Amino acid sequence: MNRQRIVALLKKEFSQFFKDKALARIVILAPVLQLILLGYAASIDVKNIAIVLCDLDKTEDSRALAEKFVTSGYFTVEYATDNYKAVQSYLDDNKATMALVIPRKFGDNILRKETARVQLLVDGSEGNTAAISLSYANQIINQYSRNILAEVIGSRMPIGGINTEVRAWYNPELKSRVYMVPGVLVLLLLAMTMNLTSMAVVREKEIGTLEQLMVTPIRPSELILGKLVPFSILGSIDAAIVITVMVFGFGIPIKGSIALLAVLSGFFLLTSLGLGLFVSTISRTQQQAMMVGQFFIMQPMMYISGFTFPVENMPRILQILSFGIPMRHFLFIVRSLILKGVGIQDLWLQGCLLLGMGVAVLGASILRFRKKLD
Amino acid sequence: MTPLRRLRPIIIKEFRQIRRDKRVLAILTLVPALLLLLNGYALNFDVQHIKMGVYDEERSASSREFINSFVTSGYFDYVQMLSSPGEATALLDEARAKCALIIPNDFSHKIASGQAASIQVLVDGMDANTATTIVGYVQVVALQYSQKIILSNLAKIGRGNYIPIQFDARIWYNPELKSAKFLVPGLIGFILAITAVIATSLSIVKEKERNTIEQIDVSPVKPIELIIGKMIPYALISLLAATIVLFAAYFLFDVVIKGSLILLFGATLLFIVAALSIGLFVSTIAQNQLVAFQLAALFSILPTMILSGFMFPIRSMPWWLQIISNVTPAKFYLVILRSIILKGVGLSAFWQQALYLMLFTGAMLTISAKRFKKTIG
Repeated sequence: MNRQRIVALLKKEFSQFFKDKALARIVILAPVLQLILLGYAASIDVKNIAIVLCDLDKTEDSRALAEKFVTSGYFTVEYATDNYKAVQSYLDDNKATMALVIPRKFGDNILRKETARVQLLVDGSEGNTAAISLSYANQIINQYSRNILAEVIGSRMPIGGINTEVRAWYNPELKSRVYMVPGVLVLLLLAMTMNLTSMAVVREKEIGTLEQLMVTPIRPSELILGKLVPFSILGSIDAAIVITVMVFGFGIPIKGSIALLAVLSGFFLLTSLGLGLFVSTISRTQQQAMMVGQFFIMQPMMYISGFTFPVENMPRILQILSFGIPMRHFLFIVRSLILKGVGIQDLWLQGCLLLGMGVAVLGASILRFRKKLD
Repeated sequence: MTPLRRLRPIIIKEFRQIRRDKRVLAILTLVPALLLLLNGYALNFDVQHIKMGVYDEERSASSREFINSFVTSGYFDYVQMLSSPGEATALLDEARAKCALIIPNDFSHKIASGQAASIQVLVDGMDANTATTIVGYVQVVALQYSQKIILSNLAKIGRGNYIPIQFDARIWYNPELKSAKFLVPGLIGFILAITAVIATSLSIVKEKERNTIEQIDVSPVKPIELIIGKMIPYALISLLAATIVLFAAYFLFDVVIKGSLILLFGATLLFIVAALSIGLFVSTIAQNQLVAFQLAALFSILPTMILSGFMFPIRSMPWWLQIISNVTPAKFYLVILRSIILKGVGLSAFWQQALYLMLFTGAMLTISAKRFKKTIG
């Protein structure tokens, strides 16, 4: 290998990249957008659930119960109706997610110390929201019920029960951004290096400049290096941006060792660069390269790796499949290292897997690329 | 020449071009089904087999019974008995369990004397969404057990079955709350958005790159005709993809369409045109395919996944994101899809969303047509 030739190639690659102003802007914009969307929107927790209130009782007690729903912060009463039959139309027309029906004699029953009943109708078409809303409603009604019980009996005898104190570790306020933002780092490294590498190579194929490069004294290994290095550098710059925003913008500090993170990221880069190179060997046009990269590599990796939903919740077969996906191991490393602050003793297995996969993928791709060139 | 006659050759040319690139055609029609398969199984809100460690300081009959109520609930898998609270930390650190139950040594004493017993549950909060679900399950199990104690205490003072308020919950449209049932309609929107936006933007930008668009410029074809001619083939292909996805959803995930098929296809076409108009808009910004693809992915994949209400409830988001979420047509299509597929209701339930989709498409097309003229004119 000749240093001068490699430097010349690198210069060409960088100037080509920065000539494309739009692309350079996207490379900066994309991580910011991803951070904002995943950081603030990707939460399954529910707030402001729209309820339609059907209070047929209209007593102090029924109003007090409805008030409990509102003050809990989880629900807002958007509609009220006195017509029980009309309740369904609010759910049908997507106006409310839940209906709280308080039948007549609700207050009477409470006064007479008999069991009073209420009805909840829930729109199950947003299944998860429905489940969480129901569990909040359950807690609110239970609390209210216990208060009444305490009033009725409390003075005479304690009634017992269990108080549950829940503490969430690593993320006490259960903010989803704590989980998502480190994930963006992984996604970005993959997108930057894999997509851009494959596109850069295929573009030369499409325009025919790859053949021109072949007749120059540049060796295949130098050519490969010239293609891989620039995008690793750009990927690292993007990663640095994300880490800066993560630490200072979102207030998520890196608890573990930054040096270890950098080394393990390097292992992951081997894989993603290898994949980029591989895609370029099986694609003739940029359109193909993009679609193959996006639909057959990025998307499957995103879902099976546990980027949005944990691997443990998946069917067994997908869990086994996900073992072969480097992104899964890297996600585990990044999240544990940043959020829990664990060190090499807990991450060595994933680290070894990443390194092994990286060397295998990159090695195979380089071999295939060279064969194609000949 | 009438506009219609000028349209035909463009449509035919576009179809030929798509057909020639068999790989892209295959990707456009088959990838949607693949994505459905993958997502349908990988995206799952149902948290099961939550690994739980237990530190039982008391080791009494009632504490064992309480622990047992977690195991028999079906949500929790008991991993190991811990010998100190400190071990709970290690358990969570090493990701061997998702939560740890800590029972103090006054547990049975308090229960026997009718006082409220306190327990502590430590949850791995790293993944807030899973943790939220786990906390919900913990509350349910503890609440049920608590209810049992209260009732038996009440029985002692002769107030047998007195529960002041009871509620019964009815869940409509998807009574078993199956994830697949509500995720699949969302996936249809997501998948269509990606393929439609990416395919149109790339096809137009390709002409820019090769300068064939300038040739069209000197022909009598007007920009609007070119746009429509480009969109029709992709609309048809996307419609085909949508049909495949619906069949796959039916056979793989038992998603039955309760409402009108005609309305469903009408709405789907409306949404496809909206997605294509975004693709068109992207193509007026991008000068080459690389940029077009990155932009299309940026405009379609992430917003559709996150801001459409497909996985994450929009009403829980910060207000400024709720406003921004209006830029993704999938948000409105999703309401329509769930209404037709799961609820089986008619146009009266979602005419507002349909109207918005039309206005959105109209606005997008107008802006794009103007920019289009400027960039090639």
